[in-house]
Amino acid sequence: MNRGMNFDLSPKQAMMQKLFREFAINEVEPIAADIDEEERFPEETVRKMSEIGMMGIPFESRYGGGDGDNLSYILAVEELSKVCGTTGVIVSAHTSLACNPIYTYGTEEQRQKYLVPLASGEKLGAFGLTEPNAGTDAAMQQTVAVDEGDHYRINGTKIFITNGGFAEIYVVFAMTDKAKGNRGISAFIMDTNMEGFSIGKTEHKLGIKGSSTTELIFKDVMVPKENLLGPEGKGFTIAMSTLDGGRIGIAAQALGIAQGSLDQAVKYTKERKQFGRPISAFQNTQFTIADLQTKIDAARLLVYRAAFMKDMNRNYSSEAAMAKLFASEVAMEVTTKSIQLHGGYGYTRDYPVERMFRDAKITEIYEGTSEVQKMVIASKILR
Amino acid sequence: MNILVLLKQVPDTTEMKIDKEKGTLIREGVPTITNPDDLAGMEVALRLKDQYGAKVTAVTMGPPQAENMLRELYAMGADHAVLLTDRKFSGADTWATSNTLAAYIKQVDFDLIIAGRQAIDGDTAQVGPQTAEKLGLPQISYVDDVLEFSKEKIVVKKALENNYEVLECPLPCVITTLSTIAKPRYMRVMGISHAFEKDVTIKTFDDLNIDPAIIGLKGSPTKVKKTFTKEVHSNSDILNLDGKSSARKVAEILMDMNFIGK
Repeated sequence: MNRGMNFDLSPKQAMMQKLFREFAINEVEPIAADIDEEERFPEETVRKMSEIGMMGIPFESRYGGGDGDNLSYILAVEELSKVCGTTGVIVSAHTSLACNPIYTYGTEEQRQKYLVPLASGEKLGAFGLTEPNAGTDAAMQQTVAVDEGDHYRINGTKIFITNGGFAEIYVVFAMTDKAKGNRGISAFIMDTNMEGFSIGKTEHKLGIKGSSTTELIFKDVMVPKENLLGPEGKGFTIAMSTLDGGRIGIAAQALGIAQGSLDQAVKYTKERKQFGRPISAFQNTQFTIADLQTKIDAARLLVYRAAFMKDMNRNYSSEAAMAKLFASEVAMEVTTKSIQLHGGYGYTRDYPVERMFRDAKITEIYEGTSEVQKMVIASKILR
Repeated sequence: MNILVLLKQVPDTTEMKIDKEKGTLIREGVPTITNPDDLAGMEVALRLKDQYGAKVTAVTMGPPQAENMLRELYAMGADHAVLLTDRKFSGADTWATSNTLAAYIKQVDFDLIIAGRQAIDGDTAQVGPQTAEKLGLPQISYVDDVLEFSKEKIVVKKALENNYEVLECPLPCVITTLSTIAKPRYMRVMGISHAFEKDVTIKTFDDLNIDPAIIGLKGSPTKVKKTFTKEVHSNSDILNLDGKSSARKVAEILMDMNFIGK
């Protein structure tokens, strides 16, 4: 289907955006500074989001989802991240990295057993790929899954797992055949009830401090055969395609942080008076704001395009990479300059731009660094 | 049980523009919201539905754009939505509006009608009570809580200035709700996904069997002389009393306000 060039949200998407905006302002913004300060995972917010259906927006209702589209899901991450980057990534990691691979690669039984509780928000999900020696070089997996007949025995350690400890269902990657390299990696659905599965160290981070980032430790975990996600040896493909989708979520997070930060700067510069005038009356302020909003709008177009292409079932890997590359760098620039526009006050915790600046940095790193995004984009152009 | 909720789409602004000739509001270009008291009434209806089981119908009179508000109410959980819209209805004051609403309501089955106490644009608090009068129904205004609801009756808390009354009323009846009665629920994602697939029942002048002389601008006895933004003045009484009599005075004031018993 081709709807032609159209920059308007559909009435349905616009109503979704209105809901997410109201929810973010009423429920998320008031606690954003506190959860950052306390490094506290906002379980109450996750419960509230589950009630209104924000934990499975793009999945069909028969799988517990909201019958929405990917763009609506992206609007949710954007609106949440405008006021709280932590809450944005909780939804993004859960939806893109846990629900989505189970939806895309899972059997009907797996969808019923795992996607339904995830998409309905009854349980939180997470994704376990990164290891101490397998970051960008994800193929260097040292977690091993040994086929023992009716189950796999999994041993290994994952790090930097978003939603770790609060999630109950994890999509985890492990080597089933070391000799085959990338093609020896398989994906598994694991849950915290499995014996030998434990949560290790919790990271203390620069930003998104309310989000939980932990180690996962697997010690002789017996994973039933029916928990293999997709065919054996397809894990690397599943991981990469899952991250393509995840990147749109992180791009939306970056976009939200950028817009939220600039909104704060606009408000502040209209109120703050120096030399007898609001500082928004100075051309330097005006030009800075004009430049930043232009870049944010450009980022928004890239992010929405990537989500649109996913909704159209087209290949969107390069567009998702562009969206994340650009939006995350815009988020860094906008948050940096938003502090500058606040002057000394912006450097204090009395104003949210300080938190937004710290939250922005991770968007250039996780789910593929900016450098990885460039590799993805270039490989499509130069193939 | 059938619950009708009367709602109004209102401009989302306190600084309203007025058509000087007609003395009515200019709605074009002003963002709109669902009137807060009415939305609280919708929440009450949805809670009664959750608790006792009921079919909730949202009814509004307004321009065609009011359909969007009705779709939002579908997304919150309304079962049915009705839009009374016709050029002949426009420019109506509360009298003409309640005539139009009553003409529609006479055509349908219901057990309870809930209206918001008043709208933030006109602040009259008249449409709910007038509609009740025109339907010949008992009414309880300023309802702050619903204590009981059954096929036969409703028991509510009615707010007074410094106190409240508990009133029981047979059904069918009309209640008008304060915005403090219930915090409206959020729309649901799935509700929005399907809100645009549902039909909004449109009723025009021809559907209502109503005298054209009692509707719209022409059927409105209200003539607006002047509109202005009200300035708020706060009053305080300063009394110079000694310790004992000031304590007595404070106690009297608190008794009058029903904060303490007499």
